[in-house]
Amino acid sequence: MVKDFIKGLWKENPVFVQVLGMCPTLAVTTSLINGLSMGLATTFVLVASGLAISSLRKLIPDQVRIATFMIVISSFVTVVKLLFEAHIPAISSQLGPYLPLIVTNCIILGRQEAFASKEPVSRSLLDALGMGIGFALALVILGSVRELFYQGTIGGVQVLGSWYKSMIIMVQPAGAFISLSLLVGLFQRISGRK
Amino acid sequence: MKKIGRMVLTLTVLGLISGLVLSMVSNYADPLIKQNQQEAIREAVYYVVQPTESYEKKTMDGKVIYESYDSSNELIGYAFTASGSGYQGTIRVMAGVGPDLKEIKGIQILESNETPGLGGKIRGEDFKNQFRGLNISQEVGLVKTEEPETGEIQAITGATISSRAIVNIINKELTRVRSIFDEGE
Repeated sequence: MVKDFIKGLWKENPVFVQVLGMCPTLAVTTSLINGLSMGLATTFVLVASGLAISSLRKLIPDQVRIATFMIVISSFVTVVKLLFEAHIPAISSQLGPYLPLIVTNCIILGRQEAFASKEPVSRSLLDALGMGIGFALALVILGSVRELFYQGTIGGVQVLGSWYKSMIIMVQPAGAFISLSLLVGLFQRISGRK
Repeated sequence: MKKIGRMVLTLTVLGLISGLVLSMVSNYADPLIKQNQQEAIREAVYYVVQPTESYEKKTMDGKVIYESYDSSNELIGYAFTASGSGYQGTIRVMAGVGPDLKEIKGIQILESNETPGLGGKIRGEDFKNQFRGLNISQEVGLVKTEEPETGEIQAITGATISSRAIVNIINKELTRVRSIFDEGE
């Protein structure tokens, strides 16, 4: 059971190992707070859809399972989008179109197909939590690295002194690709996969 | 046949539940979202025409204009929104002008997708403050490296297109607002 949770954080990390969900990973990680809010929103959708699909798994006819997954996922994404706009409008405008685009995040559809539609509710919950937190962690790390090298801050707190000259490329798409590939390389190195 | 029936039933029931849940959430969130938008407009009006104490929303010739009053209830200017293309996507700004339409009181960026670090600097105080008290007896001008003179704005280094976009958007809307006021008199 514990394994279901842990694997999303490390061995099967959606970003660093499976390299899934690259669109939000690259696009919104200009700062720690953006990465964190995207990660949490995705985790919510993952957990809610996982619970729903797993508890309905015996009722859903096989032929329409993908359509069913999509109805469930897009409903939860819309809920998240409305709640973000209502309660944290500043973050919602920072994330822009990437918030509703969570619906196309393949981690979510992938987990329903590979896990929630086959396994009991409790295991699906742990799996979704693990994958979601693993995704959020990756986004937070990437966001912090890019924010640090862009303007010398992490989460808005000054880390590097005023001598630091801002690296504009880090908040641009090129900086996203560079830092992501370096982080994936580092992750492979640490986990001994080379 | 039985299979098809079950497929249709599953999708229909799920669709109904989803619709019900979404309409409930939307009922809850919509007033809050509207309130947030109004709050954003209010903050922008207070920011562009200082020191606004209260304002009134008026629609003139299809154009929404916010009349700003100071603490002694004196008309100190007008604020209005303007939009146009930036380097990436649409830029929406709020601009404030003096009551005689001879100077800009201030501008605020409501919406923009300019390149972070370059065009994104149009949101910075350094750029916006150039508009405070700007003379608009002529069209707003844009200079690159030379010192800006009366009625001119200095472009952000590396973001000439975004800077020019703001100037153009404001010039265009000023012309429109002027003609509305001229007709009104």
